[in-house]
Amino acid sequence: MAELTYRDAVIRGIAQEMSRDPDVVFLGEDVAKAGGVFKATVGLYEQFGPLRVRDTPISEQAILGAAMGAAMTGLKPIAEIMFSDFFAVCFDYIANEFPKSRYMSNGQVKCPLVVRTGNGAGSRFGAQHSQSVENWCMMIPGLKVVAPSSPRDVIGLLAASVRDPDPVIFLEHKSLYPTKGEVPDGEIVDTLGTAKVLRSGKDATICALALMVPRSLEAAEKLKTQHGIDCEVVDVRSLVPLDTQTILGSVGKTHRLFTVEENPRLCGWGAEIVSIVADEAFYDLDGPPVRITTPHIPLPAADILEDIVLPTPDRIAETVRRNLQS
Amino acid sequence: MATAKDRAQAKAGSGLNDDIGEQKRLELYRTQVVIREAEQRAYDLFLQNLVKGTSHLSLGQEAVAAGFAGAMKPGDLSFCTYRGHAHTLARGVPVEKVLGELMQRDNGLMRGKGGSMHLTSVDHGVMGSYAIIGAHLPIACGAAWRAQYKGDKDVSVCFFGDGTTNIGAFHEALNFAAVWKLPVIFVCENNLYMEYTPISDVTAVPQPAADRASAYGLERILIDGNDADVVYRAAQNAFERARAGEGPSLIECLTYRYSGHSRADPAKYRPEGELDRWKLRDPIKIYRERLLQFGVAEKVITDIDAQVRKIVDDATEACKAAPPPPLDIIATDVYADGGWAWRN
Repeated sequence: MAELTYRDAVIRGIAQEMSRDPDVVFLGEDVAKAGGVFKATVGLYEQFGPLRVRDTPISEQAILGAAMGAAMTGLKPIAEIMFSDFFAVCFDYIANEFPKSRYMSNGQVKCPLVVRTGNGAGSRFGAQHSQSVENWCMMIPGLKVVAPSSPRDVIGLLAASVRDPDPVIFLEHKSLYPTKGEVPDGEIVDTLGTAKVLRSGKDATICALALMVPRSLEAAEKLKTQHGIDCEVVDVRSLVPLDTQTILGSVGKTHRLFTVEENPRLCGWGAEIVSIVADEAFYDLDGPPVRITTPHIPLPAADILEDIVLPTPDRIAETVRRNLQS
Repeated sequence: MATAKDRAQAKAGSGLNDDIGEQKRLELYRTQVVIREAEQRAYDLFLQNLVKGTSHLSLGQEAVAAGFAGAMKPGDLSFCTYRGHAHTLARGVPVEKVLGELMQRDNGLMRGKGGSMHLTSVDHGVMGSYAIIGAHLPIACGAAWRAQYKGDKDVSVCFFGDGTTNIGAFHEALNFAAVWKLPVIFVCENNLYMEYTPISDVTAVPQPAADRASAYGLERILIDGNDADVVYRAAQNAFERARAGEGPSLIECLTYRYSGHSRADPAKYRPEGELDRWKLRDPIKIYRERLLQFGVAEKVITDIDAQVRKIVDDATEACKAAPPPPLDIIATDVYADGGWAWRN
């Protein structure tokens, strides 16, 4: 067991998989000699050499297209798109190419690749370098979508993603890179499509993803100590496949549902979870499900503004308290 | 069959080079006839409302597909556009499989799940037909990267139209392939029109691909895309370069499509006489004359024509008799487990 940052967990996760399988290759902008703009790939170039860890031009379409062509013909590429906002310039691959090739070819074409990207706000970068785009990806049949919240999950879910035979979008949260957590020694391999109950409780279920997970845990602690409200916190971890059993099981126990989403309001993943719970567990609910999200606006750059729009532990706690006590 | 004397005469008379050999020439001719007959049939079946959806024909462009396929080895990979019937057939995919997909029958290449614009046959090295302009150039780079990384000797060949040269992915892929020295060949079929608009109306240089080659440190290669011999030789040079580790090639083939962009397009935008002028340089006409020049007996040529016609006739009947795809394939192969489950 060692304490590791989320950033170093990315390095360890990639290294674990590259050491295991020579067909795992890694490409992206500034990822090799520079070690990544977030320093989340430092040392990989030195460890695995220039044939396996490759710097690319600023050509997001070429990065994802090349990853796909390599995946179709036998490699297991990990491609980095520096900021998830840049998905918009290579969205053809994410929306049209990776996820449809197997289906359109009636199962002939395989696309086992991972796209890693820096997602989310908190860095005061403004509206084009701060978005949470998990909902852009979740809506496309054929993709898998993963977003870890802890260093241990980074390694385990990254390993599961690399070993998965389908295209996986792996969303790392930029604000979590410096955060630390305990990580066991040795190989870690997790399972896609599994949510985790991080805190057990009986009064309400809070479903959260990535940076919203530690904020929800903090909110749950406040609710317990200040108001005696006992919340269960579910780290959704994987949007596709979605572990609805864990979520429905938790709602069946607590009878209240809150989702905490960093994405803007419309069509966020929480809406899908609320819809599933409404369909399948309506009579388990003691009150309306509530979505806590960033408002439907582009993200502002200034710290004082950005801090207000993202769900905070205080806003989460206050929303839960108000709804439970009203 | 041609004698040595015939060959010598043909060479002397036309200035033609007999480097290709009779066997290869008969193969190139046959491939062109297969494409011509199958595409013409696809058009006829469309008029009978038996080809559904859209279709983009390569009538008039047969020499490009035949010339490149003739220079490929087993294991080489083709990446095509939505105008991909020709390149799929050229790799030896059965006519019935192609027509079956166009007719959206269960005997189609992808059982009707892909359609005319997405013909794919991995077993034949046809790694897909891509309907988003430019998308497959970077993908071909990736397949070539795998060959380079693993020390495989196969080459990836990416076919696209003149319109593709103005989209970003074209330029990203060309630069990427050149910087990484990838074994990939980019083949631009310049048929003068993007969809409806002449490429020259919207492009800063006269030759949309060839005039861009220097920007990526590549040789300017502009060839007659209606002469399968010319295409075959250019292809061979590019394959040699790719297999020797010398990197990518960009080849612009001048050609012309006889039909509109897609089945919905009567091509009324073409100036009068243009089509007729191009038909004087019809690739199959050119090649029949070439074979005769080299002393191939007329009977050999007409036998090929008849054989191909029968293959296409038989395929047509088989497709007409084939059932539509079963409904239970609707939700198969979304994910690698064979299904579509996005939740537990």
